[in-house]
Parts: sequence; structure tokens; C-alpha cells
Amino acid sequence: MSYGAWIILTGSLVGVSCGIVGCFLILRKMAMLADAISHTVLLGIVLAYLVSHSLEGIYMLVGAGIIGLLTAFLVQVLDTSGVQSDAAIGVVFTSLFAFGVILLSAFAGQVHLDVNHALMGEITFIPWDTLTINGIELGPSAVWMLGIVLILNLTLIFLFYKEIKISSFDPAMATAIGIPVVFIHYLLMSMVSITTVASFDSVGAILVVAMLIVPGATAYLLTDRLLIMLLISAFIGVASAVGGYYAALAWNVSIAGSMASIAGLIFGATFILSPKHGLMGKVLARRSISAQHS
Amino acid sequence: MNPVDISNVTVAYDRKPVLQEVTFSVPEGKLIGIVGPNGAGKSTLIKAILGLVPTASGTINIYGKSYRAQRKLVGYVPQRGSVDWDFPTNALDVVLMGRYGHIGWFKRPGKKDTQIALQALDKVGMKEYANRQISQLSGGQQQRVFLARALAQDATVYFMDEPFVGVDAATEKAIIALLNELKAQGKTVLVVHHDLQTVKEYFDWTFLLNKRQVALGPTEEVFTIDNLQKTYGGRLAFLDQQVNQPFVQQ
Repeated sequence: MSYGAWIILTGSLVGVSCGIVGCFLILRKMAMLADAISHTVLLGIVLAYLVSHSLEGIYMLVGAGIIGLLTAFLVQVLDTSGVQSDAAIGVVFTSLFAFGVILLSAFAGQVHLDVNHALMGEITFIPWDTLTINGIELGPSAVWMLGIVLILNLTLIFLFYKEIKISSFDPAMATAIGIPVVFIHYLLMSMVSITTVASFDSVGAILVVAMLIVPGATAYLLTDRLLIMLLISAFIGVASAVGGYYAALAWNVSIAGSMASIAGLIFGATFILSPKHGLMGKVLARRSISAQHS
Repeated sequence: MNPVDISNVTVAYDRKPVLQEVTFSVPEGKLIGIVGPNGAGKSTLIKAILGLVPTASGTINIYGKSYRAQRKLVGYVPQRGSVDWDFPTNALDVVLMGRYGHIGWFKRPGKKDTQIALQALDKVGMKEYANRQISQLSGGQQQRVFLARALAQDATVYFMDEPFVGVDAATEKAIIALLNELKAQGKTVLVVHHDLQTVKEYFDWTFLLNKRQVALGPTEEVFTIDNLQKTYGGRLAFLDQQVNQPFVQQ
């Protein structure tokens, strides 16, 4: 496969994974928690490296998963003990992230990672970091990691679809009929964490938030069905990745940056044009109502 | 055995007691109104029974066993305002959620569940709205969807949190017809209610509550001016002593 094709595949996998998981964050009004987790997983990655002395995917996923859950847990604890929830998120995520930055700078000589890379990602280098088993080259390791995370996400959503759905829509009812709402919450937070860390190399901590939130927010404007929302969101994720890649080629700019920008543009266009929830739709509806009454 | 047995239940939020030493037993096949002023702990009582808020002390039994063991016997209608009606789903889907407790892990609702859900929608007069997006329903229609969901739970004891709030007259009538039908089937229904004028008409038993229990029993015995004054304190005024029609001065 060509160099460009690997980058497009990597970006698309990021788009699908983030797009699908992101829908649930939108529906549960937890977009800011995703922002927090996307930053604190840096600490998870550094700790995983310091413990395992390896930058292999599995250690990164475990480290990020643990710190991601810790983030969600600490936010929950502060929130329920009277700190305002947005303040709770702000305190937890900056503290853990800062700790990660300190560790990173203290062990900078040993860790093949730098803050800039962690924040912005470097999708351009993805094709050269390949997975080799028994001397056979199997393509970029990022693609493998993203593929595995995507399959894991899809499996979990498939298995727990109705539990995730009811605990997102009506947590009280879900609890009353015996659905473990807390377990589902942390399950989703784990999915966000591993998706973030798998996307880290490609788009970095800041832009992964765009890939998590923007496609879901766009899909929310376009449909009234959960399943369709997931599909549209995944599609928008891929479209942003592919469009972003070619836009970056055309103007010779950052690939990750233009992927996130394309996602933003798609959202903007949808927000204005969506027949159901868009500005245009609302204006037209208002006109037709006032026409009926004049 | 009684559908609901509660003894000495105390619930506190941040050390502030919301319910204090509430004890009551409800006989089977009654329509019971839970009545009391704002902040009396009516919703909290239901939530405590369903395990949604922790109790500081006391025991709660459903047909002689803990709620956990008897979940499938219990149906629940939360306050309509407690969920986001912009959630991307339709009426039938919400009603199907009433089946989730019966389906078990890793399984989807099947044909039988869909049939039960459609029947439940039909009972509340909402069958033709099955595929309607829930945000496009009126307040009364949303309330009826919630009722249909509780029916789909196929329970023997029902807890309803303010089902009459903000609904149109047609929905109110539909709810009452439904409550009476449930009662005729021998089911027990506890309803949090705050419109004092309709208590006598709607419920055969009344539970008066203001943090502590004031009275429980057949409405004609319990729903007296004396008891109401105990429940509402000075906030109660009487329109007409003869017809005994009280209302609350807010």
C-alpha cells in the first residue's frame, strides 16, 4: 500500500472509532469529560512506559485505560462531594496532565515521546513505524492498534447496546430494573480512554477531542435514531479524515489539523442546513407557521 | 403478603433528613395516593423503595423480600422531566425499555417484546405514534409513553411519580382509566400526587406524608381536614368547609 493510503486508512480508523464512541458522550452530555480524559491519558502513557520500558501498544492501552478510569472516578468523587462538575473536570484533568508533563520532562532522555508530539500527533510518521513479526512486515503498528481498538469498541457496543442506551436515556429507570449504570459509565470511559490513546500518535491529545465530539454532534443534528446517529457519525469521521488528508496535500499544511478543520466545516454546514435541527430548518418552520397565521 | 412493607425508613441528603422513620404497609389491589407539600419527601420515598437513593436506616420489602429480589414485580414511572426528550429514539423504543429487565444480558428485544410494547401503547391510546420521535410528542403524550413503558414491565406493583403534572385533560382521563384497570386486575399502584382536589375522586387509599408519615388508610377515613392541617401546617386554606374541598396556598 502506498504511503498516502496508509495515512488515509489510519485517519479513517481514528474517525470511525472516535465518531462512534463520541455519540454516547454527546448523548450523556459528557463532552468535557472526553476532553479531560484525552489529556490525562498522557500520564497513563508515560507511567506505562516507566513501568514497562516499552512503547508497545498493549502497555499504552492498559496505562491509558487505568488513568482514564481514574480521571472519570476522581471527577465523579469531587462532583458528588459538592464541587461543581465543570470545576471538578478542570481541576482533575489539569492536575493529572501536569503530572504527566513533569514526568515526561524529567525522563525526557529515556522516553521517545515529547509533549508537542503528544498534543498534536504526527500522522505523517505513521507509515514508517511498522509492526514486524518473525521478519514479516505487517504494516504500520498504529493501524493495528486502531483496528484492534475499533473491533473492541464495536464488540462492547454490540454486547451492551440496550444497557448503554437505557442508562444514557433514563439512568433512574435503568438502575431500578437492575442495569449496572455505574459499570456502564466506566465501560464507556474505558472505551474513550483506549480510543484516545490509540488515536494519540496520529492526531494528538487536542485534536482527538475534535474527532470524538464533532462527528457525534453533527450526527445528532441529522437524525432521530440512535443507530443511524452512530452510522452517520462514523461516516463523518471517515469523511473528515479523507478530506483532511487531501486538503493538507493541496495546501501543504498539517494533516491532523486539516482533518479536524474539515470535521468543523461539516458541522458548520450541517448546523446551518440541517432540515430538522439546523438554522435554516428553524427559519423555514417559523415562516410556514407565521404564513399559516397571517 | 403485602406488596409493600416499609419500616422505620430514614433518608438523608447531606445530613439533612428528608424522610424520617416512615413505616407503612400497603394491602394488595389498592390505588394509593401519596400526598404532601413540596419537599415532603414523596419522590424520595419512591426512590428509596426502588433503591435509587440510599436509606440511612430501616427496611423495605416488596412481597416479603428485598427490592433486589423482586425487581421484576415492580413497575416504575419516573417524573417526565427527569429525562432528555431530545434523545434520538421513538415512542416504541422507549416502551421497549420496559422489557429490558426481563430480557437479560446480551439479548435484544424479540417479537414477543415488541408485541407487548405495541399493546401497551395501544392501551394508552398511542399506538399510531409508535414510530414518532419522542421530542415531537406533546407533554401528555410523553407521559403516556412512560405509562406504556411501565405497563410493558408487566409488574404487580407500580410506583408513579407525579404522572398528572403538566398533562392535558385527555391524558389525565386516560391515566385514570388505566389506574382503575390495573386495580381491577388486582395490581397495586402508588402514585405521588399533589392536586388535593382530585385525591378523593382518584384514590381509594391515601398516604399523607411530610417528612414523617401523618396518616395512611382508606381515603374517606384519612383525608380529613384535621389530617391535612397536620400535613400542610399553616399553608392550607379551605374553599368550602361543607364540601371539604381543600387547596394549598403556595
